[in-house]
Amino acid sequence: MTETKLTERLLLSGNEAIALAAKHAGVALATGYPGTPSTEILERLSKLGGPAQWAPNEKVAMEVAIGAAFGGGRAIVTMKHVGLNVAADPLFTVAYTGCSGGLVIVSADDPGMASSQNEQDNRHYAVAAGVPMLEPADSQEAYEYTLRALELSERWRTPVLLRVTTRVCHSKTLVRPSSNQPSPPAPHYEKDIKARVMIPAYARPAHHRLRARLDEIARWNETSPLNLMFEGQGPALGIICSGVATMHAMEAAPGAAILKLGVTYPLPMGLIRSFAGRFERCVVIEEGDPWLADAIRAAGISVEDKPAKYRFGELDVARVRKILSHDDSADTVAPPGKPPALCAACPHRASFEALKNLDCIVAGDIGCYTLSVLPPLEAMDTCVCMGASIGVGLGLRHVLPPDEARRVVSVIGDSTFMHSGITGLVEMMYNVPPTGHVVLLLDNGTTAMTGLQEHPGTGRSLGHEPAHKVDYEALARGIGIESVHTIDPLVEPGRLEVVLRECLAAEKPALIIVRRPCILAAGKIRQYEQARRQGASCDCATAPGSATHA
Amino acid sequence: MRDGIVNVVIAGLGGQGVLTASDVIAAAAFLAGLDVKKSEVHGMSQRGGSVASDIRFGARVLSPMVPPGEADFLVAFAPEWIDVSRPRLKSDGVLIEPAFLGDDAKSLGRALNTAMLGALSAHLDIDENVWIEAIRWVLPKKLHEMNERAFAIGRSMASSGNPKEFTQDSALSTQD
Ligand SMILES: Cc1ncc(C[n+]2csc(CCOP(=O)(O)OP(=O)(O)O)c2C)c(N)n1
Ligand code: SF4
Repeated sequence: MTETKLTERLLLSGNEAIALAAKHAGVALATGYPGTPSTEILERLSKLGGPAQWAPNEKVAMEVAIGAAFGGGRAIVTMKHVGLNVAADPLFTVAYTGCSGGLVIVSADDPGMASSQNEQDNRHYAVAAGVPMLEPADSQEAYEYTLRALELSERWRTPVLLRVTTRVCHSKTLVRPSSNQPSPPAPHYEKDIKARVMIPAYARPAHHRLRARLDEIARWNETSPLNLMFEGQGPALGIICSGVATMHAMEAAPGAAILKLGVTYPLPMGLIRSFAGRFERCVVIEEGDPWLADAIRAAGISVEDKPAKYRFGELDVARVRKILSHDDSADTVAPPGKPPALCAACPHRASFEALKNLDCIVAGDIGCYTLSVLPPLEAMDTCVCMGASIGVGLGLRHVLPPDEARRVVSVIGDSTFMHSGITGLVEMMYNVPPTGHVVLLLDNGTTAMTGLQEHPGTGRSLGHEPAHKVDYEALARGIGIESVHTIDPLVEPGRLEVVLRECLAAEKPALIIVRRPCILAAGKIRQYEQARRQGASCDCATAPGSATHA
Repeated sequence: MRDGIVNVVIAGLGGQGVLTASDVIAAAAFLAGLDVKKSEVHGMSQRGGSVASDIRFGARVLSPMVPPGEADFLVAFAPEWIDVSRPRLKSDGVLIEPAFLGDDAKSLGRALNTAMLGALSAHLDIDENVWIEAIRWVLPKKLHEMNERAFAIGRSMASSGNPKEFTQDSALSTQD
């Protein structure tokens, strides 16, 4: 769906709404790393003509955004929830330094794990790092809160966490954009060594400033227009909620009074106390961990919490009805649908067939190729987080008895390798296991899992324009790996297994690059290459990204 | 259209066009001036797994998800996987399957989805012109003619009362 002719009323996903707000706010820089459900924010911003770029991983993205905000530019950095783990190191200290330009960190959480390896609740990051947090409930709020988050960030010179969830990111709802945003301040450098250089002597006062700032923001939040109160029918039931859970609660309990918190850190405890005090029963309805309920009760306010089982998965209207009616019957579980599978002609298949034939212990990673864990292949033994394949494989090699250690292979995709695999290769050469090690780099020329995004190894930018391309073979040799092999599984079908067998037998560190484009990306890659040869830039309207995954 | 919310679920497999079809329905409701929310889980949809999209529209929609057992209409693109989504349909809800098109189904190819939307449209109080506008809005130009034709076939077959799928009252008239 597009914005055509609909200046006052649009139908947008939450991600599209965030992108539109970023464009309207005149952000100077937007960066991130793909990850469901956040990916479309930057893809859409790029199509809107905004400054959007992919970083190799979330930590680098966060650092680039911090630099932009130090320089007085407005910056947005987007990632899925687990991406914030990768970016947590700069997050905790930029909370101390603060920023000059607005800095908004979009964390897209995935309660229910529609396409993630865990369902961590990133609201804890706002609390732990000490950054204000906004939680929109639909696309209209996703749009408005992005603008408000930038304002708050500039007003208090603090990074702000915009915490969204799968349902907010991917649901399309109506949006009325506000016209005529004031234009942003022009970037310029302000020298402020004591605020920006976090040596202990400067960081100690910075921590005091951070806590004082949060106290001020908490006072402001008591009357912030971002927290909404909806009157109900009488004093029987009040509900405190945030995010999309608000929508479920309003539908499940039409007669209840609702306190909808838009700024969920630091909390407006005075407002919450006076609201809760008005009702015979006050229930906190929130998805994920009981962050609101615990914080409210810790402040000595008596509220009812959801039962523990609602910590798992998403909420919906039916589940909220059950919470409110103390109905502890089991949820109706839908019969399992057809599971996803590797595409029939997926180039990854050959690698897993070879690994299976050689009875390898496969330290796996995250990407389309993780689907090889499902029957009939069942050819992956571990998968923890992006980049973990190499470290986990090395750890196994170090401790297993030699006859088992010799069978261990690490398997990693190209985007994942750029994200967090390079340091694993360095470790392989620095602490070589007694039986050596073998890493299989599955280079399908794209980030397939999340909907075919570019990365530094594809040689194209987010908008599919030519960019520098990392040379994996040269990189590996530079790290010191002597045994580096490149195989096209389509052109030389049997060779992969032969080379893999040889590398395993050699008991030395080896890298095998399996290079063949993803079949869904191949046609598009050809188009981009053709455009590059013709010196013309490609037509971004035909760019991939319409289909989106983990 | 009566008060109350119309709940539609489209279910199928990744690659079958579930998301595009739900975009057309959402666009039709949007262009008809209604409040509308559309929601689905995108994860892995293109790797052939089951996908469902929820579309809700009316005067004011709250939750973006159709609550279990409250769908007025279930449009099933993959009838062989219908058991997965049947519990979403309310007891007097309407199931729309490719089978109702009989022999026409095969000749329609990819536009079969749009024919099923045509059948759905016969139950809804949204003007036919608005549906056509929605199709043109969502689909690329070169597909307009074929899909408009498919839409008309589905709509007329449903309106003329196919004995198998369309003996039930429309869900709209049974809402309270
Ligand atoms: C820290 C983190 N960021 C992002 C993601 C989302 N994600 C999962 S796999 C993946 C990359 C997949 O690309 P690649 O390694 O090239 O494998 P392919 O899917 O192409 O086979 C991404 C971005 C994640 N799981 N964790
Ligand atoms: S999208 Fe590409 S990488 Fe993913 S399963 Fe299909 S062919 Fe393989």
